[in-house]
Amino acid sequence: MKPAVKLNELTAHEIHELLASGQVSCREAAEASLARANEVEPSLHAYVRLTPEVALRQAEEIDERLARGEHLPPLGGVPLALKDIMCTKGLPTTCCSRILENFVPPYDATVVRRCNEQGLVLIGKTNMDEFAMGSSTENSAFGPTHNPWDLERVPGGSSGGSAAAMAADEANISLGTDTGGSIRQPAALCGVVGMKPTYGRVSRQGLVAFASSLDQIGPITKDVTDCALFLNVICGHDPLDSTSVDFPVPDFTQSLGKEIKGLKIGLPKEFFEYEGKRVGEEVDAAIQTALRVFESLGAEIEETSLPSLNYCVATYYLIAPAEASSNLARYDGVQYGFRSPGDDIIDMYRKTRDKGFGAEVKRRIMLGTYALSAGYYDAYYQKAQQVRTLMVRDFQRAFEKYDLLLGPTSPTVAFRIGEKSDDPLAMYLSDVCTIPVNLAGLPAISIPCGFSDGLPIGLQIVGRALDEETILRASYAFEQSTDFHLRRSLPASTKAAADARAVVTRKGE
Amino acid sequence: MPLTPEEVDHVALLGRLELTEEERSLFTKQLSAILDYFQQLRELDTTGVPPTSHVIPMQNVLREDAPTASLPAEEALANAPQQQQECFLVPRIIE
Repeated sequence: MKPAVKLNELTAHEIHELLASGQVSCREAAEASLARANEVEPSLHAYVRLTPEVALRQAEEIDERLARGEHLPPLGGVPLALKDIMCTKGLPTTCCSRILENFVPPYDATVVRRCNEQGLVLIGKTNMDEFAMGSSTENSAFGPTHNPWDLERVPGGSSGGSAAAMAADEANISLGTDTGGSIRQPAALCGVVGMKPTYGRVSRQGLVAFASSLDQIGPITKDVTDCALFLNVICGHDPLDSTSVDFPVPDFTQSLGKEIKGLKIGLPKEFFEYEGKRVGEEVDAAIQTALRVFESLGAEIEETSLPSLNYCVATYYLIAPAEASSNLARYDGVQYGFRSPGDDIIDMYRKTRDKGFGAEVKRRIMLGTYALSAGYYDAYYQKAQQVRTLMVRDFQRAFEKYDLLLGPTSPTVAFRIGEKSDDPLAMYLSDVCTIPVNLAGLPAISIPCGFSDGLPIGLQIVGRALDEETILRASYAFEQSTDFHLRRSLPASTKAAADARAVVTRKGE
Repeated sequence: MPLTPEEVDHVALLGRLELTEEERSLFTKQLSAILDYFQQLRELDTTGVPPTSHVIPMQNVLREDAPTASLPAEEALANAPQQQQECFLVPRIIE
């Protein structure tokens, strides 16, 4: 019997019920996501590579295990969209860069290994800004991803492909990475849930490095329950990553459903206003409405200030490019990746990197190299690392008083494709709400909290280091009181569908 | 403090990049604007503030000095643009 529900539209925990009870097979679940991807990819481009052979093989394996009476893990058989920056053995991992276009990793990243052990089914590798450098997925060497809510707009970035795949139901669960907001901002702009765990919670082994002191892997999902379930899979100490934290991993689903009465929430004014400019009116209004929901649930809300956050953009755009310029030195055309011939070895390096890297990657290598170069190190890099300490201290002080800090995830809704591509500084400023969290290594989530003209708005909740549980508790309580997470973007399969949506949007105004 | 095109050339050499004439003039302009923006950090007094080295307090991470399996040469070389006799092949370095 064909199931009446569209399997690709379900959350991971919903699909688990159907798989565990034998109402549908893992193969059917995988086929539903693959069919949906084939339908909408021409207009969305959320994936850079679909992996139907792998998906069907993995799905059939789990079906066989189920037939033998084996227990189904919570995310076993769930179709997964994986950002193309995490190494997959035998499958190209490109970081959406020409320089890694033909790179086939000889091993799996630790997170990929964990996903395989838990029986997740790989539908494909998702699009991203080249080497995760960007906030719109426009910097992909393979072309931009379009926002499922409005094809003329960006999905955010750099994990724009994973977020769009969730919003358009091209898989049931996904993974992204977040160096300055690259999970949370696209989750906000696509109306889904995205969490950056505490720095060190998830192993970075096999994750292609951008800025090593900031990078962290995390889930992008259709609801908070799936986020908790996925954290259970990916968190934990890994001896292969020396920055991975050896700290007990709780069952994150235990945080769901607990009340939030008496929870103390701080609103840093720096999350709402930067350089004298308030976040967009529509974003502000949605956040204020969300705050009333938290108040009605018994949370105590108070305004506060973390003054050093006023310098977060300058600090981040010194530290991240400095680390990137060092990390990306490995792409020299010798051991792997693209090579362009040259007259001598230096010429070979320079030609390889000139042809292999896109404009934003070059810009950041230039910026980082300059900030680390003799004569400028103290004034730029060292200074930024000192200001970073001031931010860590400001957060510590705030968390002596508050359990959580709240604000918008992005100062605006999704912007138009091409709108900021010629002005790097304007693009950098779109990360203002998310980057302080990376600089301090803290966990934070973005959850849907409203819409403006049919475009989603995200609420950011920041917690203490290693306290993802309180964030999940508050997020789940909010989700249970609202229905933003249930709204789906309309099918974006054709131009006609886009036009149809435009009509619906106008009617809704 | 605007960057000169010569400084841009020097940084490009350090970063092992080769810029087109167009990139050179674009980056001179854009990087000058970005560095100018960074000057705001000077407003902050950071005397005696230690630079952040790691956000989660951690000691040195060590392991037993015991041999473990490593990638076989064939797999390590599988992605090399050029290889010869189990080595990565590069343009001549020593005259």
